[in-house]
Amino acid sequence: MQDRPTAAELLDATRDFVQGEVAAAVEERRLRFRALIAANLLAIVEREEALGHGQLAAEQVRLMELLGHRRPTDPVPRSEQLGAEVAALSAELCRRIRSGEFDTPGRFEPALAHCRSTVEEKLAIANPKYLAKFGSNGAAEAEPGGGGGGGGAS
Amino acid sequence: MPAGVFSGSSMTTEVNALGQRSAESHEITPGLEAFLRAATGSDARVTSATRLAGGASRDSWAVDVEMGAPEGPSTLELVLRRDLGGKIRPDALERVEEFAVLEAAHDAGVMAPRPFWVCADPSYLERPFFLMQRVEGEAVGRRLVRDDAFAAAREVLPRQMGEQLARIHSVDYRAAGLGFLEAPPAGVSPAVHVLGQLTERLDEIAEPHPALELGITYLAQDPPPCDQICLVHGDFRVGNLQVGPEGLRAVIDWEFAHLGDPSEDVAWPCLRDWRFGNDSAHVGGMGDRAEYYAAYSEVSGREVDPAAVAWWEMEGNLAWAIGCLQQARRHTSGEEPSVELASLGRRACEMELELLDLIGRAEAQATAGPQA
Repeated sequence: MQDRPTAAELLDATRDFVQGEVAAAVEERRLRFRALIAANLLAIVEREEALGHGQLAAEQVRLMELLGHRRPTDPVPRSEQLGAEVAALSAELCRRIRSGEFDTPGRFEPALAHCRSTVEEKLAIANPKYLAKFGSNGAAEAEPGGGGGGGGAS
Repeated sequence: MPAGVFSGSSMTTEVNALGQRSAESHEITPGLEAFLRAATGSDARVTSATRLAGGASRDSWAVDVEMGAPEGPSTLELVLRRDLGGKIRPDALERVEEFAVLEAAHDAGVMAPRPFWVCADPSYLERPFFLMQRVEGEAVGRRLVRDDAFAAAREVLPRQMGEQLARIHSVDYRAAGLGFLEAPPAGVSPAVHVLGQLTERLDEIAEPHPALELGITYLAQDPPPCDQICLVHGDFRVGNLQVGPEGLRAVIDWEFAHLGDPSEDVAWPCLRDWRFGNDSAHVGGMGDRAEYYAAYSEVSGREVDPAAVAWWEMEGNLAWAIGCLQQARRHTSGEEPSVELASLGRRACEMELELLDLIGRAEAQATAGPQA
């Protein structure tokens, strides 16, 4: 086992340094912009460390159900193995969507719901502020006068 | 044609202590002067050359040129855009092609920078390049949407954008010699053609993206017809507009121009990602669709079809999500190592969410019926 700081603590320290010290000291605008991007990428990795495994497990359960496979009853495997399994299931979903299996309303809705959950999981790691604003439980209101007219579910 | 104008080492630039490239003006000055003298027969001098942007595929320079005898002393403030080999996207136009589009647009009265010269001969700057009028202004979306300095510009920009698009779409592309531009095959609508291209791009990415697969499936159900293809800008949005405090000064970045459905261009600047945080103002974070559509139809003589625009807005989010994934791959493949490109890979999900949102709302409306 490794000594402290933990991986998460190391990421946090590095992000804090790049954002708070390096970016602030850079005068050249474009380089400062890239330093802030770098700090943001470190924050993304921090969140992925914390949330990634749990998300993969949830995604696996949703995919098994959507694709009609037996739900896993074994203990959740290690992340690398789980990642490969979820990738394979997701690829199967893609092939089956492409084949037209999910074109009927009864199939489209559950597929849409699964995809939405997956995308929101990605955003919880990649951009939680965006998710807070635009996600299912988000602050953004349904927008009037959108491209196709008003109303509809937000 | 002057021989031995520069050696092979002219393509290298020095790297300073921070790892930045320093824009050595002598990288391009000798070759550019030689070209200008050959092209104009006058004694041209490059008095300033500053690199504006550079990547693996192209670079841009701000150049000041003094044209001497026999035309008499005059100073031109120009932008030089050069191919470097490689492409940011396979469908990006080469410099010679982009110049042809710029000329056609400028001649048609579009607010495009005035084109000056194009050079396909690699002996001057090792790659094809062109020169156009340098238009001062701000292009960064976040600043244009937020800064007080642009409050007056924001009032007029949505209308100006509608007007400019209408002018672009009314260019007689055949008469202007733009028949070389990418177009749908005969008998195939632009919508169907573009969906096919997106499917290929998604296949090349070779990673599972079920949200994007669903998007393609959904859009394939009811692609809008197009009665007349036209010149489309291909990346018309806040971010590719040079703006002053008074309003629009130039439409720039023509390298994704092609022949297609005008509704594709009308929808693109309304995408959520091009609102730069001011999400309730659909047109570039600055104004409403109503005034933008009205200006477009006044100048073009055609009404905007909201259903077609809604389809192309979904397609736009799908295309930009795929674009983000492809840009990230240019980093991961080693083609152009860049934190910016890498970070785009984690932004695709923003456009995926918007795509699913738009689909969800369209589905809810369809279920509710036309009176909802």
